[in-house]
Amino acid sequence: MATAEATIRTAAEPKSGIWSWITTVDHKRIGIMYGVTALAFFLIGGIEALLIRIQLAKPENDFLSAEVYNQMFTMHGTTMIFLFAMPIFVALFNYIVPLQIGARDVAFPRLNALSYWIFLLGGLFLNASFLFGAAPNAGWFGYAPLTSTTYSPGLNIDFWAVGLQILGVSSIMGGVNFITTIINLRAPGMTLMRMPLFTWMTFVTSFLLITALPVLAVGLFFLSFDRFYGTNFYVANAGGEPILWQHLFWIFGHPEVYILILPAFGIISDVLPTFARKPLFGYALVVYSGVLIAFISWGVWAHHMFATGLGPIADSFFAITTMIVGIPTGVKIFNWLATLWGGKIKFTTAMLFAIGLIPLFTMGGVSGMHHASPPADLQQTDTYYVVAHFHYVILGGVAMGIFSGIYYWFPKITGKFLDETLGKWHFWLFVIGVNLTFFPMHFAGLLGMPRRTFTYSAELNLQTYNMIETIGGFVTAIATLVFIWNVVRSLRKGEAAGANPWGAHTLEWATTSPPPEYNFAELPEIRSREPLWDHPEDYDAQAQIVTHEIHMPSPSFWPLLTAIGVTVTFGLMMTKLWWPPLIGLAWTAIAVMNWAYEPASKH
Amino acid sequence: MSFLSRTLPRTLAVASIAMLAALWAGCAGDYPQSTFSPVTELGVRINELFASLFWWTMLVLVIVFVLLVYILIRFRSRPGVEPKKFYGNNLAEIGWTLGPAMIVVILLVPTVRTIFYTYEEPPEDALVVEAVGHQWWWEFRYPQLGIITANEMHLPVGRPVDIRLSSADVIHNWWVPRLGGKRYNYPIAARPQGAPEPKNYERISFTVNEPGQYSGQCAEFCGESHALMRMMVVAESPEEFDAWVQGMKAPANAVPAAGTLEEQGYNAFLRVGCTACHAVAGTPAMGRLGPDLTGIGSRWKIGAGLLPNTAEHLAKWIRNSAEVKPGSKMLAFPNITDEDMTAIIAYLQSLR
Repeated sequence: MATAEATIRTAAEPKSGIWSWITTVDHKRIGIMYGVTALAFFLIGGIEALLIRIQLAKPENDFLSAEVYNQMFTMHGTTMIFLFAMPIFVALFNYIVPLQIGARDVAFPRLNALSYWIFLLGGLFLNASFLFGAAPNAGWFGYAPLTSTTYSPGLNIDFWAVGLQILGVSSIMGGVNFITTIINLRAPGMTLMRMPLFTWMTFVTSFLLITALPVLAVGLFFLSFDRFYGTNFYVANAGGEPILWQHLFWIFGHPEVYILILPAFGIISDVLPTFARKPLFGYALVVYSGVLIAFISWGVWAHHMFATGLGPIADSFFAITTMIVGIPTGVKIFNWLATLWGGKIKFTTAMLFAIGLIPLFTMGGVSGMHHASPPADLQQTDTYYVVAHFHYVILGGVAMGIFSGIYYWFPKITGKFLDETLGKWHFWLFVIGVNLTFFPMHFAGLLGMPRRTFTYSAELNLQTYNMIETIGGFVTAIATLVFIWNVVRSLRKGEAAGANPWGAHTLEWATTSPPPEYNFAELPEIRSREPLWDHPEDYDAQAQIVTHEIHMPSPSFWPLLTAIGVTVTFGLMMTKLWWPPLIGLAWTAIAVMNWAYEPASKH
Repeated sequence: MSFLSRTLPRTLAVASIAMLAALWAGCAGDYPQSTFSPVTELGVRINELFASLFWWTMLVLVIVFVLLVYILIRFRSRPGVEPKKFYGNNLAEIGWTLGPAMIVVILLVPTVRTIFYTYEEPPEDALVVEAVGHQWWWEFRYPQLGIITANEMHLPVGRPVDIRLSSADVIHNWWVPRLGGKRYNYPIAARPQGAPEPKNYERISFTVNEPGQYSGQCAEFCGESHALMRMMVVAESPEEFDAWVQGMKAPANAVPAAGTLEEQGYNAFLRVGCTACHAVAGTPAMGRLGPDLTGIGSRWKIGAGLLPNTAEHLAKWIRNSAEVKPGSKMLAFPNITDEDMTAIIAYLQSLR
């Protein structure tokens, strides 16, 4: 890498050592921190799942007490959604999106670091509840009035409400950052309709983040105020309305699941063309259908409430919107099939996971369509049929996208390949495990097994299904261990990867693996959607010469201090006094003031 | 490598089909809470709708699967073959948008029809049962008949039933799969004067067509022992139902004959504090915090479907219900003497 006459200007601070990581504002390092932290939480959530499955392996089991089981299923859901799935996509948004649009970093690098530190502290805060023997225990959806102090007098729900508030701040900040980055920092010639699909779906997801998380925040504020300061938003016999919680939670909750799936759709929309060696079929329609799904996702929330008796008009409205949202989703599936059609398909591990999303997510979509019909849902809701549905869309959709992205971009991030043989073992064990666990649940649910039950009667005759499901859980666990082993081993002695080992078509492959701190020295004007395929002569990663000064943002410790302030502010609400949070607020204000007066680039 | 790319996928395909067949065969077995054998028109209509949803969506799933398998075989990478670059096809886009859209319309018609059916007002002469959820047991009140019971609901076959749902504490969910769908038991604030009648979201109505015992349980997470909040619906002929009602209104054994063990038990029952929470029709015991115990002797189980109704289990329950039902709000009674306990149990078992 020639760095002729010019210099890259950053503050003269060390590039290695823990202080450099604590103060980093580099999107690539922040992406790595998000990724490692999210994977750690994935393992914790996975252990919680295994404990659940051991308890349910036989009826009337006493492996876990009722209270511990209830904590396990609550934390499993909360951890997997808020501490694994959302942050792991943010890891990829962080690392990959600036590269895909030809930018040097995100629009607000310090805000980016803040988002990470708040995520880490929020995740630790939530799990600290275990140290008090008071992990949240009212489900990841925490319905009122069970979550009121009357029926949940301990610290469990305090930790839950406060923990999620903290995490929400991180997501909203991230959304603002990525929207600004994508609108403002695209390389010249990269119109919106030339952006890679992963960046497009990041863009759409970011809008969902900044609009949906505030709704959850409002719901949680009402809950927190009910619990800490004696209000009665959800208390029925004081004139409050418990069902308000459900509306607020699901108005957030449904866009939330699209926040989970759209990035996965974006990833495979980039991976499938690469390994089919032809462009994405129907680019514009894949983009528009993603946007449409995001819009429609605001109008379907009450399909989570079909058994609450909303009345025939409301039921019909939400049945219609819920079924309609399946149509743009189907459009994507067919466009992906058409992308593969006539291609030259290479079955790398990244491609296997991308292909695997198609049938598995469609199965989840099918059971979702069944739920969309309120009368049918009256039997299905709150049973294992729903558990089957959402695990197929999450494991068969979200997780497949995540693993595809990891295998695809690992060489770019580390300069080494993940081992393909281990990768294929991971893929097949994962697919077998997921199907063994969740396919029988369709039957168990319709044969009378409700959800969120720490045990079930032997008279229901559902032990065989449950035993198979538990075995599947262990197969998935083994798959995960294979994956971890693959990562560890490949980091140490993986095969070296060049700038564009897959022969892909988007900009992140036009720089070295891993990229230099400044990503690209120069970028020619973008002239197509597949610049590396259409104009390969313009993009030679090895010939990058830095010919002018490059200003990079300087490291800063104010984001970490601000994150501590935010955590302390919310955490001190648990004292149930009005003034301790003000201490946290003062700390946060001081940190923010210092941050504001610190120049973004120290020279 | 050939194992992973050839043998394994093919073995899996065969194994999946075998597993599917095995699971389907499982449907023929005995599943007391199966949704596939409804005994009400409500349940039958729901299943007909589900069948429609199932087969139309299966069509889409099969199309996707078949296309995918064909594609993966036909277009796998082969030396010398270069893919043609094409970017889209408007006709295809229109096709696979309109096709699913048509299926959606086809599914919405019976959906909306059945929605309105599930909200139909039951007839004026329907039997009203108020199902009140408690942590973690079911209270069943029959306001037209003046009786209250718990956990075991008797219903006459062939007569419309109007179940009005509510909760004394958190949200519960009344579900007896063979009778049809489920609905939330919602904690309704005390109604002010002149408030309108219960709205739609607080009821479920149906007519049971076949006598039998139909088990159910709470289907909304309601706290520690949510999994142990079970119930049994006993559907019987109108004559048997009337006999049951009479037995509940004026139980023959409510106040046992003097000098019997049951009378000893009755006195102990009144003395040790049971009446603070429990009631037995025909006695001074009128506590409403816990399940009504009229007819407890013939109930199918005790503890809301948790334990067999035997002397040994009754004793265990009374001494410390929280040991078998975590979080149970019934106080423990460790200090009842063995003699008193035997007598109390004899009394309870005589309440039939």
